[in-house]
Amino acid sequence: MSTLYEPALHINDVNYSMGDVHILKNITGSFPKGKITTLVGPSGAGKTTLLKLCNGLISPTSGDIFIHDKPISSYEPTELRRHVGIALQSAPMIKGTVYHNLALPMELQGRKLAEQDAIAILEDVGLDKLFLHRKTNDLSGGQLQKVSIARTLNNRSEILLLDEITSALDRSSLHEIEELIVKINRKYGTTIIWITHNLEQAMSIGDYTWVLMDGQVIETGESDLLKSPMNEVVRQFVQGGAE
Amino acid sequence: MSYLTLSITLIFVIIPLLLSKTLRLGLEKDTIVATVRSIIQLLAVGYILKFVFESENILYILLMVTLMIAAATHNARKKGKAIEGITWKIAVTLVFVEVLTQSILLGFQIVPPTAQYIISISGMVIGNSMVLSILFLNRFTAEVETHRDETELILSLGGTPKQAIHRQLINAIKASMIPTIESQKTMGLVQLPGMMSGQIIAGADPIQAVQFQLLIIFLLLTTAAVSSVLLGFLSYPSLFNQRMQLLKGKF
Ligand SMILES: Nc1ncnc2c1ncn2[C@@H]1O[C@H](COP(=O)(O)OP(=O)(O)O)[C@@H](O)[C@H]1O
Ligand SMILES: [Mg+2]
Repeated sequence: MSTLYEPALHINDVNYSMGDVHILKNITGSFPKGKITTLVGPSGAGKTTLLKLCNGLISPTSGDIFIHDKPISSYEPTELRRHVGIALQSAPMIKGTVYHNLALPMELQGRKLAEQDAIAILEDVGLDKLFLHRKTNDLSGGQLQKVSIARTLNNRSEILLLDEITSALDRSSLHEIEELIVKINRKYGTTIIWITHNLEQAMSIGDYTWVLMDGQVIETGESDLLKSPMNEVVRQFVQGGAE
Repeated sequence: MSYLTLSITLIFVIIPLLLSKTLRLGLEKDTIVATVRSIIQLLAVGYILKFVFESENILYILLMVTLMIAAATHNARKKGKAIEGITWKIAVTLVFVEVLTQSILLGFQIVPPTAQYIISISGMVIGNSMVLSILFLNRFTAEVETHRDETELILSLGGTPKQAIHRQLINAIKASMIPTIESQKTMGLVQLPGMMSGQIIAGADPIQAVQFQLLIIFLLLTTAAVSSVLLGFLSYPSLFNQRMQLLKGKF
Protein backbone atom coordinates (compact mmCIF):
# COMPACT_ATOMS: atom_id res chain seq x y z
CA MET A 1 0.00 0.00 0.00
CA SER A 2 1.18 3.50 -0.80
CA THR A 3 3.02 5.21 2.01
CA LEU A 4 2.40 8.65 0.54
CA TYR A 5 -0.76 8.87 2.58
CA GLU A 6 -0.86 9.67 6.23
CA PRO A 7 -2.28 6.65 8.04
CA ALA A 8 -5.43 7.25 10.08
CA LEU A 9 -4.90 3.93 11.80
CA HIS A 10 -1.81 1.76 11.81
CA ILE A 11 -1.82 -1.90 12.80
CA ASN A 12 1.49 -3.34 13.91
CA ASP A 13 1.97 -7.11 14.09
CA VAL A 14 -1.35 -7.77 15.78
CA ASN A 15 -2.33 -11.24 16.98
CA TYR A 16 -5.62 -12.16 18.58
CA SER A 17 -6.38 -15.49 20.23
CA MET A 18 -9.30 -16.80 22.18
CA GLY A 19 -8.20 -19.71 24.30
CA ASP A 20 -6.31 -22.01 21.93
CA VAL A 21 -7.85 -20.51 18.80
CA HIS A 22 -5.56 -18.20 16.88
CA ILE A 23 -8.07 -15.87 15.19
CA LEU A 24 -5.82 -13.12 13.80
CA LYS A 25 -2.21 -13.80 12.82
CA ASN A 26 0.50 -11.15 12.52
CA ILE A 27 -1.66 -8.43 10.98
CA THR A 28 0.33 -5.38 9.86
CA GLY A 29 -0.84 -2.47 7.72
CA SER A 30 -2.22 1.04 7.54
CA PHE A 31 -5.58 2.51 6.67
CA PRO A 32 -4.96 5.79 4.79
CA LYS A 33 -6.56 8.90 6.19
CA GLY A 34 -9.63 10.16 4.35
CA LYS A 35 -9.83 7.06 2.14
CA ILE A 36 -12.22 4.15 1.90
CA THR A 37 -10.62 0.76 2.49
CA THR A 38 -12.78 -2.29 1.88
CA LEU A 39 -12.19 -5.57 3.71
CA VAL A 40 -13.16 -8.79 1.99
CA GLY A 41 -12.67 -12.47 2.69
CA PRO A 42 -14.60 -15.63 3.47
CA SER A 43 -16.76 -15.67 6.56
CA GLY A 44 -14.78 -16.66 9.63
CA ALA A 45 -11.65 -14.98 8.23
CA GLY A 46 -11.46 -12.59 11.18
CA LYS A 47 -12.81 -9.39 9.60
CA THR A 48 -15.25 -8.56 12.40
CA THR A 49 -12.59 -9.34 14.99
CA LEU A 50 -10.22 -6.86 13.31
CA LEU A 51 -12.81 -4.06 13.45
CA LYS A 52 -13.63 -4.76 17.10
CA LEU A 53 -9.91 -4.45 17.88
CA CYS A 54 -9.82 -1.04 16.17
CA ASN A 55 -12.86 0.19 18.15
CA GLY A 56 -11.36 -1.12 21.40
CA LEU A 57 -14.15 -3.59 22.17
CA ILE A 58 -11.38 -6.17 22.47
CA SER A 59 -7.61 -5.84 22.83
CA PRO A 60 -4.89 -7.62 20.83
CA THR A 61 -3.20 -10.62 22.43
CA SER A 62 0.06 -9.13 21.10
CA GLY A 63 1.00 -6.21 18.86
CA ASP A 64 -0.55 -2.77 18.86
CA ILE A 65 -2.79 -0.41 16.94
CA PHE A 66 -1.80 3.25 16.54
CA ILE A 67 -3.77 6.44 15.94
CA HIS A 68 -1.70 9.64 15.54
CA ASP A 69 1.37 7.57 16.48
CA LYS A 70 -0.11 6.76 19.88
CA PRO A 71 -1.20 3.20 20.77
CA ILE A 72 -4.98 3.05 21.16
CA SER A 73 -4.47 1.60 24.63
CA SER A 74 -3.27 5.06 25.69
CA TYR A 75 -6.62 6.64 24.84
CA GLU A 76 -9.56 6.73 27.19
CA PRO A 77 -11.79 3.83 25.96
CA THR A 78 -14.94 5.98 25.67
CA GLU A 79 -13.04 8.66 23.74
CA LEU A 80 -11.45 6.09 21.43
CA ARG A 81 -14.81 4.49 20.64
CA ARG A 82 -16.35 7.83 19.70
CA HIS A 83 -13.34 8.68 17.56
CA VAL A 84 -13.43 5.26 15.85
CA GLY A 85 -17.14 4.56 15.39
CA ILE A 86 -18.45 1.13 14.49
CA ALA A 87 -21.69 -0.13 12.93
CA LEU A 88 -21.91 -3.70 14.19
CA GLN A 89 -22.71 -6.59 11.85
CA SER A 90 -25.85 -7.71 13.73
CA ALA A 91 -27.28 -4.16 13.98
CA PRO A 92 -28.24 -4.65 17.66
CA MET A 93 -30.88 -2.33 19.12
CA ILE A 94 -31.64 -1.14 22.62
CA LYS A 95 -35.21 -1.72 23.72
CA GLY A 96 -37.52 1.04 22.57
CA THR A 97 -38.22 3.09 19.48
CA VAL A 98 -36.12 4.16 16.52
CA TYR A 99 -35.81 7.56 18.19
CA HIS A 100 -34.39 6.01 21.39
CA ASN A 101 -31.77 4.27 19.32
CA LEU A 102 -30.85 7.31 17.24
CA ALA A 103 -30.55 9.42 20.39
CA LEU A 104 -28.40 6.85 22.20
CA PRO A 105 -24.95 8.26 21.29
CA MET A 106 -25.99 11.71 22.58
CA GLU A 107 -27.77 10.33 25.60
CA LEU A 108 -24.61 8.49 26.66
CA GLN A 109 -22.98 11.90 26.91
CA GLY A 110 -25.89 13.47 28.73
CA ARG A 111 -27.17 15.31 25.66
CA LYS A 112 -30.52 15.26 23.87
CA LEU A 113 -31.30 14.71 20.21
CA ALA A 114 -33.89 17.15 18.87
CA GLU A 115 -36.74 15.47 17.02
CA GLN A 116 -36.06 17.63 13.93
CA ASP A 117 -32.46 16.40 13.84
CA ALA A 118 -33.59 12.81 14.26
CA ILE A 119 -35.94 13.17 11.29
CA ALA A 120 -33.15 14.64 9.17
CA ILE A 121 -30.90 11.68 10.04
CA LEU A 122 -33.66 9.24 9.10
CA GLU A 123 -34.02 10.92 5.73
CA ASP A 124 -30.26 10.63 5.20
CA VAL A 125 -30.49 6.84 5.40
CA GLY A 126 -33.69 6.71 3.35
CA LEU A 127 -36.25 6.06 6.10
CA ASP A 128 -39.50 7.97 6.32
CA LYS A 129 -40.05 10.14 9.39
CA LEU A 130 -43.03 7.93 10.23
CA PHE A 131 -40.49 5.41 11.50
CA LEU A 132 -39.25 7.71 14.26
CA HIS A 133 -41.60 6.43 16.95
CA ARG A 134 -41.87 2.83 15.76
CA LYS A 135 -40.63 0.08 18.08
CA THR A 136 -37.45 -1.41 16.65
CA ASN A 137 -38.94 -4.90 17.17
CA ASP A 138 -41.30 -4.21 14.27
CA LEU A 139 -38.58 -3.36 11.72
CA SER A 140 -37.20 -5.52 8.92
CA GLY A 141 -33.52 -6.52 8.72
CA GLY A 142 -32.82 -3.84 6.14
CA GLN A 143 -34.56 -1.14 8.17
CA LEU A 144 -32.59 -2.15 11.26
CA GLN A 145 -29.36 -1.80 9.30
CA LYS A 146 -30.36 1.72 8.27
CA VAL A 147 -31.13 2.71 11.86
CA SER A 148 -27.86 1.16 13.00
CA ILE A 149 -25.85 3.18 10.43
CA ALA A 150 -27.68 6.40 11.28
CA ARG A 151 -27.04 5.83 14.99
CA THR A 152 -23.31 5.28 14.47
CA LEU A 153 -23.06 8.37 12.24
CA ASN A 154 -24.41 10.46 15.13
CA ASN A 155 -21.06 10.26 16.89
CA ARG A 156 -19.44 12.05 13.92
CA SER A 157 -16.39 9.81 14.20
CA GLU A 158 -13.23 10.60 12.26
CA ILE A 159 -12.82 6.92 11.50
CA LEU A 160 -15.84 4.78 10.61
CA LEU A 161 -15.88 0.98 10.79
CA LEU A 162 -18.74 -0.58 8.84
CA ASP A 163 -19.40 -4.31 9.24
CA GLU A 164 -21.53 -5.67 6.38
CA ILE A 165 -23.99 -2.83 6.75
CA THR A 166 -25.76 -3.42 3.45
CA SER A 167 -26.14 -7.21 3.56
CA ALA A 168 -29.91 -7.06 4.15
CA LEU A 169 -30.67 -4.15 1.79
CA ASP A 170 -32.39 -4.23 -1.59
CA ARG A 171 -30.55 -2.79 -4.60
CA SER A 172 -31.92 0.75 -4.44
CA SER A 173 -31.39 1.07 -0.67
CA LEU A 174 -27.91 -0.30 -1.12
CA HIS A 175 -27.02 2.46 -3.58
CA GLU A 176 -28.58 5.06 -1.32
CA ILE A 177 -26.39 3.97 1.61
CA GLU A 178 -23.29 3.74 -0.56
CA GLU A 179 -23.87 7.31 -1.77
CA LEU A 180 -24.38 8.52 1.78
CA ILE A 181 -21.14 6.96 3.01
CA VAL A 182 -19.19 8.30 0.04
CA LYS A 183 -20.70 11.74 0.67
CA ILE A 184 -19.58 11.65 4.31
CA ASN A 185 -16.15 10.50 3.23
CA ARG A 186 -15.78 13.39 0.76
CA LYS A 187 -17.43 16.07 2.89
CA TYR A 188 -15.74 15.44 6.25
CA GLY A 189 -12.67 13.53 5.12
CA THR A 190 -13.81 10.60 7.23
CA THR A 191 -11.64 7.51 7.01
CA ILE A 192 -13.79 4.48 6.20
CA ILE A 193 -13.03 0.81 6.78
CA TRP A 194 -15.81 -1.23 5.24
CA ILE A 195 -16.30 -4.98 5.47
CA THR A 196 -18.39 -6.33 2.62
CA HIS A 197 -19.03 -9.70 1.06
CA ASN A 198 -20.12 -7.94 -2.11
CA LEU A 199 -16.95 -7.88 -4.24
CA GLU A 200 -18.49 -5.55 -6.79
CA GLN A 201 -19.17 -3.11 -3.95
CA ALA A 202 -15.67 -3.59 -2.58
CA MET A 203 -14.25 -2.45 -5.91
CA SER A 204 -16.67 0.34 -6.75
CA ILE A 205 -16.64 1.96 -3.30
CA GLY A 206 -13.12 1.20 -2.15
CA ASP A 207 -9.98 3.17 -2.78
CA TYR A 208 -8.05 0.29 -1.26
CA THR A 209 -8.88 -3.30 -0.43
CA TRP A 210 -7.57 -5.86 2.04
CA VAL A 211 -8.21 -9.54 1.48
CA LEU A 212 -8.33 -11.53 4.72
CA MET A 213 -8.29 -15.29 4.87
CA ASP A 214 -7.93 -17.58 7.83
CA GLY A 215 -6.81 -14.77 10.11
CA GLN A 216 -4.17 -13.41 7.77
CA VAL A 217 -3.96 -10.49 5.35
CA ILE A 218 -3.35 -12.24 2.04
CA GLU A 219 -3.35 -9.31 -0.35
CA THR A 220 -3.68 -5.52 -0.15
CA GLY A 221 -3.65 -2.74 -2.71
CA GLU A 222 -5.87 -0.47 -4.73
CA SER A 223 -9.31 -1.98 -4.99
CA ASP A 224 -8.78 -2.96 -8.64
CA LEU A 225 -6.61 -5.78 -7.33
CA LEU A 226 -9.78 -7.84 -7.09
CA LYS A 227 -9.98 -7.83 -10.91
CA SER A 228 -6.69 -9.66 -11.24
CA PRO A 229 -5.38 -10.87 -7.89
CA MET A 230 -1.73 -11.92 -7.68
CA ASN A 231 -2.40 -14.63 -5.15
CA GLU A 232 -3.82 -17.89 -6.45
CA VAL A 233 -6.04 -18.44 -3.40
CA VAL A 234 -7.45 -14.93 -3.70
CA ARG A 235 -8.13 -15.54 -7.40
CA GLN A 236 -10.11 -18.64 -6.51
CA PHE A 237 -12.00 -16.71 -3.86
CA VAL A 238 -12.85 -13.91 -6.28
CA GLN A 239 -13.94 -16.31 -8.99
CA GLY A 240 -16.01 -18.33 -6.59
CA GLY A 241 -17.87 -15.13 -5.76
CA ALA A 242 -18.67 -14.02 -2.27
CA GLU A 243 -20.13 -16.48 0.17
CA MET B 1 -44.62 -29.38 75.58
CA SER B 2 -42.97 -32.45 77.11
CA TYR B 3 -40.69 -34.83 75.24
CA LEU B 4 -43.48 -37.42 75.50
CA THR B 5 -45.98 -35.21 73.65
CA LEU B 6 -43.22 -34.34 71.17
CA SER B 7 -42.71 -38.06 70.48
CA ILE B 8 -46.41 -38.41 69.77
CA THR B 9 -46.06 -35.76 67.07
CA LEU B 10 -43.98 -38.32 65.18
CA ILE B 11 -47.39 -39.59 63.99
CA PHE B 12 -47.12 -36.76 61.50
CA VAL B 13 -43.97 -38.36 60.16
CA ILE B 14 -45.39 -41.87 60.10
CA ILE B 15 -48.35 -40.88 57.90
CA PRO B 16 -46.20 -39.76 54.93
CA LEU B 17 -43.89 -42.77 55.46
CA LEU B 18 -46.83 -45.16 55.17
CA LEU B 19 -48.18 -43.33 52.13
CA SER B 20 -44.78 -43.41 50.48
CA LYS B 21 -44.43 -47.15 51.14
CA THR B 22 -47.93 -48.11 49.92
CA LEU B 23 -47.78 -45.94 46.81
CA ARG B 24 -44.10 -46.73 46.16
CA LEU B 25 -43.18 -43.04 46.07
CA GLY B 26 -39.65 -43.96 47.13
CA LEU B 27 -39.49 -41.06 49.56
CA GLU B 28 -39.00 -43.08 52.77
CA LYS B 29 -35.28 -42.54 53.05
CA ASP B 30 -35.47 -38.81 52.34
CA THR B 31 -38.29 -38.39 54.82
CA ILE B 32 -36.36 -40.14 57.58
CA VAL B 33 -33.18 -38.18 56.85
CA ALA B 34 -35.13 -34.93 56.86
CA THR B 35 -36.82 -35.81 60.15
CA VAL B 36 -33.60 -36.79 61.90
CA ARG B 37 -31.76 -33.75 60.61
CA SER B 38 -34.45 -31.32 61.68
CA ILE B 39 -34.59 -32.88 65.17
CA ILE B 40 -30.84 -32.66 65.68
CA GLN B 41 -30.36 -29.23 64.10
CA LEU B 42 -33.26 -27.55 65.84
CA LEU B 43 -32.53 -29.06 69.25
CA ALA B 44 -28.90 -28.01 68.92
CA VAL B 45 -29.94 -24.47 67.97
CA GLY B 46 -32.45 -24.44 70.84
CA TYR B 47 -29.82 -25.34 73.42
CA ILE B 48 -27.31 -22.89 71.97
CA LEU B 49 -29.90 -20.10 72.00
CA LYS B 50 -30.90 -20.95 75.57
CA PHE B 51 -27.26 -20.72 76.61
CA VAL B 52 -26.68 -17.43 74.78
CA PHE B 53 -29.91 -15.85 76.03
CA GLU B 54 -29.09 -16.75 79.59
CA SER B 55 -25.51 -15.55 79.45
CA GLU B 56 -26.45 -12.20 77.78
CA ASN B 57 -22.80 -11.88 76.74
CA ILE B 58 -22.21 -9.49 73.82
CA LEU B 59 -19.39 -11.71 72.53
CA TYR B 60 -21.71 -14.69 72.14
CA ILE B 61 -24.24 -12.52 70.34
CA LEU B 62 -21.57 -11.30 67.92
CA LEU B 63 -20.38 -14.86 67.40
CA MET B 64 -23.89 -16.07 66.59
CA VAL B 65 -24.48 -13.24 64.11
CA THR B 66 -21.10 -13.87 62.49
CA LEU B 67 -21.93 -17.56 62.09
CA MET B 68 -25.28 -16.71 60.50
CA ILE B 69 -23.60 -14.34 58.02
CA ALA B 70 -20.94 -16.93 57.20
CA ALA B 71 -23.52 -19.66 56.57
CA ALA B 72 -25.71 -17.32 54.47
CA THR B 73 -22.71 -16.16 52.41
CA HIS B 74 -21.66 -19.74 51.79
CA ASN B 75 -25.15 -20.57 50.59
CA ALA B 76 -25.59 -17.59 48.26
CA ARG B 77 -22.14 -17.54 46.66
CA LYS B 78 -22.87 -20.63 44.55
CA LYS B 79 -25.25 -18.57 42.43
CA GLY B 80 -22.66 -15.98 41.59
CA LYS B 81 -19.54 -18.06 40.99
CA ALA B 82 -19.02 -16.31 37.65
CA ILE B 83 -18.57 -12.96 39.39
CA GLU B 84 -15.09 -12.31 40.68
CA GLY B 85 -14.90 -11.80 44.44
CA ILE B 86 -18.57 -12.68 44.88
CA THR B 87 -17.96 -14.15 48.34
CA TRP B 88 -16.79 -10.94 49.95
CA LYS B 89 -19.34 -8.92 47.97
CA ILE B 90 -22.17 -10.98 49.48
CA ALA B 91 -20.55 -10.85 52.92
CA VAL B 92 -20.24 -7.05 52.72
CA THR B 93 -23.90 -6.82 51.69
CA LEU B 94 -25.09 -9.00 54.58
CA VAL B 95 -22.94 -7.19 57.14
CA PHE B 96 -24.12 -3.81 55.88
CA VAL B 97 -27.80 -4.78 56.01
CA GLU B 98 -27.39 -6.27 59.48
CA VAL B 99 -25.57 -3.23 60.87
CA LEU B 100 -28.03 -0.82 59.27
CA THR B 101 -31.15 -2.55 60.59
CA GLN B 102 -29.76 -3.18 64.08
CA SER B 103 -28.56 0.41 64.37
CA ILE B 104 -32.05 1.68 63.61
CA LEU B 105 -33.78 -0.86 65.88
CA LEU B 106 -31.46 -0.36 68.83
CA GLY B 107 -30.70 3.32 68.17
CA PHE B 108 -34.36 4.33 68.31
CA GLN B 109 -34.96 1.80 71.10
CA ILE B 110 -37.60 0.07 69.00
CA VAL B 111 -36.62 -3.23 70.58
CA PRO B 112 -34.73 -3.84 73.82
CA PRO B 113 -31.02 -4.65 73.39
CA THR B 114 -31.27 -8.24 74.57
CA ALA B 115 -29.83 -11.36 72.98
CA GLN B 116 -33.35 -12.69 72.48
CA TYR B 117 -34.35 -9.80 70.20
CA ILE B 118 -31.03 -9.19 68.47
CA ILE B 119 -30.51 -12.79 67.47
CA SER B 120 -34.06 -13.56 66.36
CA ILE B 121 -34.33 -10.41 64.26
CA SER B 122 -30.82 -10.87 62.85
CA GLY B 123 -31.81 -14.35 61.76
CA MET B 124 -34.76 -13.02 59.82
CA VAL B 125 -32.82 -10.13 58.30
CA ILE B 126 -29.81 -12.22 57.27
CA GLY B 127 -31.99 -15.06 55.98
CA ASN B 128 -34.01 -12.70 53.83
CA SER B 129 -30.97 -10.86 52.64
CA MET B 130 -29.51 -14.20 51.56
CA VAL B 131 -32.64 -15.13 49.61
CA LEU B 132 -32.65 -11.70 47.96
CA SER B 133 -28.98 -12.08 47.02
CA ILE B 134 -29.71 -15.44 45.40
CA LEU B 135 -32.73 -14.08 43.52
CA PHE B 136 -30.72 -11.08 42.37
CA LEU B 137 -27.71 -13.11 41.20
CA ASN B 138 -29.91 -15.60 39.31
CA ARG B 139 -31.71 -12.86 37.47
CA PHE B 140 -28.66 -10.68 36.88
CA THR B 141 -26.57 -13.45 35.32
CA ALA B 142 -29.50 -14.36 33.06
CA GLU B 143 -30.06 -10.71 32.05
CA VAL B 144 -26.39 -10.15 31.24
CA GLU B 145 -26.29 -13.30 29.14
CA THR B 146 -29.43 -12.48 27.11
CA HIS B 147 -28.51 -8.85 26.51
CA ARG B 148 -24.81 -9.18 25.65
CA ASP B 149 -25.46 -7.53 22.27
CA GLU B 150 -26.93 -4.43 23.86
CA THR B 151 -24.10 -4.13 26.34
CA GLU B 152 -21.56 -4.39 23.53
CA LEU B 153 -23.50 -1.86 21.46
CA ILE B 154 -23.48 0.76 24.21
CA LEU B 155 -19.78 0.21 24.86
CA SER B 156 -19.05 0.47 21.12
CA LEU B 157 -20.77 3.86 20.98
CA GLY B 158 -18.60 5.21 23.80
CA GLY B 159 -20.78 4.36 26.80
CA THR B 160 -19.32 3.45 30.18
CA PRO B 161 -19.71 -0.03 31.72
CA LYS B 162 -22.31 1.38 34.07
CA GLN B 163 -24.34 2.76 31.18
CA ALA B 164 -23.91 -0.48 29.25
CA ILE B 165 -25.22 -2.67 32.07
CA HIS B 166 -27.73 -0.25 33.57
CA ARG B 167 -30.92 -1.80 32.20
CA GLN B 168 -29.92 -5.35 33.15
CA LEU B 169 -28.94 -4.18 36.64
CA ILE B 170 -32.24 -2.36 37.21
CA ASN B 171 -34.28 -5.28 35.84
CA ALA B 172 -32.53 -7.72 38.16
CA ILE B 173 -32.91 -5.47 41.20
CA LYS B 174 -36.61 -4.99 40.50
CA ALA B 175 -37.27 -8.66 39.77
CA SER B 176 -35.57 -9.77 42.98
CA MET B 177 -37.63 -7.36 45.11
CA ILE B 178 -41.02 -8.23 43.65
CA PRO B 179 -41.65 -11.43 45.68
CA THR B 180 -41.05 -9.56 48.95
CA ILE B 181 -43.46 -6.78 48.02
CA GLU B 182 -46.08 -9.14 46.59
CA SER B 183 -46.10 -11.50 49.57
CA GLN B 184 -46.58 -8.53 51.88
CA LYS B 185 -49.68 -7.41 50.00
CA THR B 186 -51.57 -10.57 50.96
CA MET B 187 -50.08 -10.79 54.45
CA GLY B 188 -52.73 -11.67 57.02
CA LEU B 189 -55.33 -12.42 54.35
CA VAL B 190 -53.99 -15.59 52.79
CA GLN B 191 -51.69 -16.64 55.56
CA LEU B 192 -50.68 -15.66 59.03
CA PRO B 193 -46.96 -15.03 59.09
CA GLY B 194 -45.16 -17.88 60.85
CA MET B 195 -43.61 -15.70 63.50
CA MET B 196 -46.92 -14.10 64.42
CA SER B 197 -48.62 -17.48 64.66
CA GLY B 198 -45.82 -18.65 66.90
CA GLN B 199 -46.22 -15.68 69.22
CA ILE B 200 -50.01 -16.09 69.39
CA ILE B 201 -49.67 -19.79 70.15
CA ALA B 202 -47.15 -18.96 72.85
CA GLY B 203 -49.85 -16.78 74.45
CA ALA B 204 -48.99 -13.27 73.29
CA ASP B 205 -51.65 -10.63 72.83
CA PRO B 206 -52.66 -10.79 69.11
CA ILE B 207 -52.50 -6.98 68.74
CA GLN B 208 -48.99 -6.96 70.10
CA ALA B 209 -48.07 -9.87 67.87
CA VAL B 210 -49.44 -7.89 64.90
CA GLN B 211 -47.47 -4.78 65.85
CA PHE B 212 -44.33 -6.81 66.04
CA GLN B 213 -45.09 -8.48 62.74
CA LEU B 214 -45.56 -5.06 61.11
CA LEU B 215 -42.14 -4.05 62.34
CA ILE B 216 -40.70 -7.18 60.74
CA ILE B 217 -42.51 -6.54 57.45
CA PHE B 218 -41.12 -3.02 57.20
CA LEU B 219 -37.71 -4.27 58.20
CA LEU B 220 -37.74 -6.88 55.44
CA LEU B 221 -38.67 -4.25 52.84
CA THR B 222 -35.51 -2.35 53.73
CA THR B 223 -33.56 -5.58 53.78
CA ALA B 224 -34.77 -6.50 50.28
CA ALA B 225 -34.11 -3.10 48.73
CA VAL B 226 -30.71 -2.53 50.32
CA SER B 227 -29.46 -6.09 49.65
CA SER B 228 -30.29 -6.06 45.94
CA VAL B 229 -29.08 -2.55 45.25
CA LEU B 230 -25.84 -2.92 47.20
CA LEU B 231 -24.98 -6.35 45.79
CA GLY B 232 -25.87 -5.08 42.30
CA PHE B 233 -23.54 -2.13 42.46
CA LEU B 234 -20.76 -4.24 44.00
CA SER B 235 -21.15 -6.97 41.33
CA TYR B 236 -21.40 -5.29 37.94
CA PRO B 237 -17.87 -3.83 37.75
CA SER B 238 -16.28 -7.28 37.75
CA LEU B 239 -17.98 -8.07 34.42
CA PHE B 240 -15.66 -5.55 32.77
CA ASN B 241 -11.90 -5.02 32.63
CA GLN B 242 -9.84 -1.84 32.92
CA ARG B 243 -10.25 -1.17 29.18
CA MET B 244 -14.06 -1.13 29.63
CA GLN B 245 -14.43 -4.40 27.75
CA LEU B 246 -17.10 -6.94 28.57
CA LEU B 247 -15.24 -10.02 29.80
CA LYS B 248 -15.83 -13.11 27.68
CA GLY B 249 -17.15 -16.35 29.07
CA LYS B 250 -17.98 -14.85 32.44
CA PHE B 251 -21.48 -16.19 32.30
N1 LIG C 1 -16.88 -14.90 20.72
C1 LIG C 1 -16.23 -15.84 20.00
N2 LIG C 1 -15.98 -17.05 20.57
C2 LIG C 1 -15.32 -18.00 19.87
N3 LIG C 1 -14.88 -17.85 18.62
C3 LIG C 1 -15.10 -16.69 18.03
C4 LIG C 1 -15.79 -15.61 18.67
N4 LIG C 1 -15.86 -14.57 17.82
C5 LIG C 1 -15.27 -14.98 16.70
N5 LIG C 1 -14.81 -16.24 16.80
C6 LIG C 1 -14.10 -17.02 15.76
O1 LIG C 1 -13.14 -16.18 15.18
C7 LIG C 1 -13.07 -16.38 13.79
C8 LIG C 1 -13.24 -15.05 13.09
O2 LIG C 1 -14.53 -14.55 13.33
P1 LIG C 1 -15.01 -13.17 12.70
O3 LIG C 1 -14.03 -12.11 13.06
O4 LIG C 1 -16.41 -12.95 13.13
O5 LIG C 1 -14.95 -13.48 11.14
P2 LIG C 1 -15.64 -12.73 9.92
O6 LIG C 1 -16.19 -11.43 10.41
O7 LIG C 1 -14.54 -12.57 8.94
O8 LIG C 1 -16.70 -13.63 9.42
C9 LIG C 1 -14.16 -17.39 13.45
O9 LIG C 1 -13.55 -18.64 13.25
C10 LIG C 1 -15.04 -17.40 14.65
O10 LIG C 1 -15.57 -18.68 14.83
MG1 LIG D 1 -18.15 -10.78 10.45
